[in-house]
Amino acid sequence: MSEVERLLQNAFVPVEPPGALTERLERRLTELTDAAMHELADFDPGALRDPRRWARLAAAGLVAGTAGGALILVRARQKHRRREAHGLRALQNGLREVSGDMRRRMTR
Amino acid sequence: MATAVDKPQLDLEFAELYRAHLRDVYSYSYYRIGNHHDAEDLTEQTFLQAYRHFARARAESNGRPLRPWLIRIAHNLAANYHRDRSRRPQTHLEDAAILTEPLGTEQIVEEREEVEAVLRGVAGLPDDRREALIMRFALGMDNREIARALGRSEGATKVLIHRAIRQLEERLKEEEEVTDE
Repeated sequence: MSEVERLLQNAFVPVEPPGALTERLERRLTELTDAAMHELADFDPGALRDPRRWARLAAAGLVAGTAGGALILVRARQKHRRREAHGLRALQNGLREVSGDMRRRMTR
Repeated sequence: MATAVDKPQLDLEFAELYRAHLRDVYSYSYYRIGNHHDAEDLTEQTFLQAYRHFARARAESNGRPLRPWLIRIAHNLAANYHRDRSRRPQTHLEDAAILTEPLGTEQIVEEREEVEAVLRGVAGLPDDRREALIMRFALGMDNREIARALGRSEGATKVLIHRAIRQLEERLKEEEEVTDE
């Protein structure tokens, strides 16, 4: 390694993300989830007869699909914080549990 | 496109990717943007965008690591940021340089001056050279990963990094000569 490379190594230390960032990112994902869930909760089967509402329903479904996964990610992180005593296996079990819960909610 | 059956597994993998590379994306964003506030926004946008396209990226990666893909998203968002705001990246040394080993006062001052000179030198390099150096030294990416993140061949990336280091070396030498005069 040359002298300049050594200097670069010293200068570009990895920067830890602030705790506020992870909190904000998780909140954004949760908001996405909630918005999509509300949209689907308001779903009226009669709306399918009105083609003007198809685009809106399709968009809600798409967002819910994305946001459902986002919720899983967020909950996974929340569980990750609590998993210290349980290890990775507990996190994976938690993820499966949450994703199962999401699937049940989506198919209701 | 992933099927509904694949979704829990996809989410599990995305959570792993997020955990493994949050620091990489944040470090890259910080050194590209130069302030924590906007680096946080950029990191957030990177992961939200990555989540939306994760299934496709995973399918197209053929099992290769996804870090270059994540960094490419951050790279494109950072380019938009600079284009929209017409800003040049600035790195705040006092936040970025973390000296981990206990040093004497004189040694700390000397190290800080060296780091400042290097960051000034890097800031004055052409964009592609600066980005390649950030990927190599802040994130520890190898030539293959950097090539994928920048959308170049491995050979071209090797040359790019070599030229970036040479150019920086010359700048530092010039600066040293001016200081000595």
